[in-house]
Amino acid sequence: MQIIQPHYHAIARTAQDYERMAMSGVVAVAEPAFWAGFDRDYPETFLDYFKQISEFEPTRAADYGIRHFCWVAVNPKEAENPVLSHQVLEKMPEFFEKPTVLGIGEIGFHKTTKNEEEIFEAQVELAIKHDQLILIHTPHLQDKVRGTKRTLEVLRHMNVDPEKVWIDHVEEHTIRGPLEEGYWVGFTLYPITKCTPKRAVDMLEIYGRERIIINSSADWGPSDPFTLQECIMDYRARGNSLQDAIEVFHNNPCRFLGQNPKFDIKPIRVQQEEVAQPLGSAT
Amino acid sequence: MLTADKVLDRYYLDVRCMLVEIAATLDRHDRAVADDAADSARDPRLDKVYEALAVLAEGSSTADRSERLLNMFSDLD
Repeated sequence: MQIIQPHYHAIARTAQDYERMAMSGVVAVAEPAFWAGFDRDYPETFLDYFKQISEFEPTRAADYGIRHFCWVAVNPKEAENPVLSHQVLEKMPEFFEKPTVLGIGEIGFHKTTKNEEEIFEAQVELAIKHDQLILIHTPHLQDKVRGTKRTLEVLRHMNVDPEKVWIDHVEEHTIRGPLEEGYWVGFTLYPITKCTPKRAVDMLEIYGRERIIINSSADWGPSDPFTLQECIMDYRARGNSLQDAIEVFHNNPCRFLGQNPKFDIKPIRVQQEEVAQPLGSAT
Repeated sequence: MLTADKVLDRYYLDVRCMLVEIAATLDRHDRAVADDAADSARDPRLDKVYEALAVLAEGSSTADRSERLLNMFSDLD
């Protein structure tokens, strides 16, 4: 099955990930700009990072037949430094011209502070001005509800097209607001602290698959890109067809990311689906 | 052995994750029951689960919860 890994921090992963992802059907990854594990001191460090993910990573992925796309942004954690953030934002439009840059992300809140909000708004404005897609991170654990509410409040006062905004890391307690307001939402499969594959399938059963993207968010912490395949297996085991799975794990990312013409991978349809034995039905 | 604080520092998020997973599984079962009118008989395995959760919900207990749960899930006769 062809799979798109829509939220993947390649710079923190080894080539072995690419090899195994290629062997398990991944045809493309999209890499948002994120926190490196420490706060950077210089705007140039961000710019080199953007260069790495927009120029070098596509070549590394290509060795395994995987397309690599990326996003540029000042992440929510480092947005706490507005002076540095504005310096980075000044240079960011240069990267919108790169052939694999899809938009601005991941932006948003970490601790939902005034500084974070200032930089979040500035980046949304920049995206609107340059007609870029927007990828929004929502906070972790106990900060998630407050940060998600504030995210929606901020967006309501800005002239954004909800169809072009992906609000990521939603869980059972934060999914309804973003969906009801017309945004795309992302489920992030992450050991312990975010959503598990089974819970992601539960939410698909409850909310349907429209405007939903599922990703594993592999990064430098305890994370596993193959939770995506685990999720697909559980989704199929609950009786969903191969085409259903393709709609969620390949075609939905195409539909959202494809709003930027640089993402030229198109939704696919299975011509003839074999009637497979349902998983777990063997005696 | 870790101090009491360190046990929570190290394992609190694991516990949170496992509790949410249990909640999601029970929700999944409830939805399936609601969907299937013919499936009205209560499965005895569910009673075991709630019995186990009652043990975990005891505010104070002896430090043998896992043993008690495993016995609860065993055929002892």
